[in-house]
Amino acid sequence: MPDKQRQVITNRVAFLETKIPSYAAVLGITVLLVLWEIVCRLGIVPPLFLPAPTAILTAGWDMLVSGELYEDLAASLVRIGGGYAVGASLGIIFGLILGFSRWTDAILTPIVYSIYPIPKIALLPLIILWLGIGETPKLAIIALGVFFPVVINTFSGVKNVDPMLIKAAVTFGSNHFNVVRKVILPASLPMIFAGLKLAAGTSLLLLVSAEMIAAQQGIGSMVLHYGNLMITTKLMVGVLVLSLLGLTFNRVLQWLERKLVPWK
Amino acid sequence: MRIVIENVDKTFVDAKKREVTALQNINFAIEQQEFVVLVGPSGCGKSTLLNIVGGLMSPSNGSVYFEGTDSKKPNLGIVFQEIALFPWRTVYENVIYGLEESGASKQEQQEKGKHYIDMVGLSGFENAYPKQLSGGMRQRAGIARALAIEPDLLLMDEPFSALDAQTRTIMQEELLTIWDRTRLSTLYVTHNIQEAVYLADRVIVLSRHPGQIKSTIRIDLPKIGRDKDEYRMRFEQYVDEIWQLIRHDAQEASREG
Repeated sequence: MPDKQRQVITNRVAFLETKIPSYAAVLGITVLLVLWEIVCRLGIVPPLFLPAPTAILTAGWDMLVSGELYEDLAASLVRIGGGYAVGASLGIIFGLILGFSRWTDAILTPIVYSIYPIPKIALLPLIILWLGIGETPKLAIIALGVFFPVVINTFSGVKNVDPMLIKAAVTFGSNHFNVVRKVILPASLPMIFAGLKLAAGTSLLLLVSAEMIAAQQGIGSMVLHYGNLMITTKLMVGVLVLSLLGLTFNRVLQWLERKLVPWK
Repeated sequence: MRIVIENVDKTFVDAKKREVTALQNINFAIEQQEFVVLVGPSGCGKSTLLNIVGGLMSPSNGSVYFEGTDSKKPNLGIVFQEIALFPWRTVYENVIYGLEESGASKQEQQEKGKHYIDMVGLSGFENAYPKQLSGGMRQRAGIARALAIEPDLLLMDEPFSALDAQTRTIMQEELLTIWDRTRLSTLYVTHNIQEAVYLADRVIVLSRHPGQIKSTIRIDLPKIGRDKDEYRMRFEQYVDEIWQLIRHDAQEASREG
């Protein structure tokens, strides 16, 4: 019987192509939230230590409606937006210069690398001394924290540009400035974005730290304030907002990367 | 207008700090509308020579110059072996790169861009990124980019060596058709003797250690249709003649790995 001798060859590496349904991503987080809610409802953990997700959401909604949240959020957004923009722009510009010019590389790179490892928050007292107690020192500390990961990533992005492409550009008439603008900058964009994403986390950390140390308004000071008052639910609203802020930040950067690096 | 390569030497210092002569006493000229092919075994310095002519490397001695350009700065179109298209630019944006840099108007960029994209057969792929194209299509874009600036000298550094044999044959045929329409002075580097005989008005054979001109052979066949039966005998004679010149060097080169 030929049927019995037949050896069907099946794909033994099908596991490499397993299709995952789209709800899987939501599944994990939903299960976690439901478990958390149950634990709180059953009174296993007192609400002072861990409020239920529904309680946090209700409190958050109330704070949003009353406008309380808005003021803190606006103050924080201005700080992080401004500081990040300044730090990132300077980081990209300096990274390009450092990577392109061998002289500035030789002179400035050692300085960059010696300041890089300092936890920037340690410089806050000094910066307050220099710049006063207004918004400027907070912006400055965030800009400083963003600058270093961006400058270092941009620098190594520039160093890794295929020299063949630079030769091609020069052949077709590019001057030095255009080589940087039209070849080195786009070629380094993937690395620059790696730096920008790294810096996003740093900037959030510095925002909260700076606000906890020296601010009347902002999500960081709000979290600290409700912590001192032991109003855990409102404290958790602040944490939730920070988490959403971080997520949005990342999404915006991802979107921007897809727009600017469509050729990858 | 002609391009003169005069007394060009090139020496390198290798990893063991020894001086290595890559090119020695190179003298030849490329006439207007002439297609010159440099052929030689690997390590004969043919790519080095092309880089020197293309202004991407300086010779240790001697010089390369254009004659009869009416003091206009000559422009060079280079087609690279590595193709070197900008990955972040679409086919169209790559092709007009040189025009952009020379300050051509948007309208001129569009006209010439379209013209040369049509010529290399890439119509319909203007908005594709290099990554989305096959090797042959990428090199078509590379050729269009070089043609678009309407160069005084077209330099091609083993442009088809990364392509498979079939694509390569097709590209050679199309290159001849394109060349016939543009009649650009061309310097072409290859290690493939058939390719050299198929394309060249004149083949310059280089030897190695040091790279010197061993012989210059004028190919006395009609430029188009050299693969026809009636020319087969003479075609093969040219191929054989060049192979005899290179053979010994090529054997040595292959032993050195």
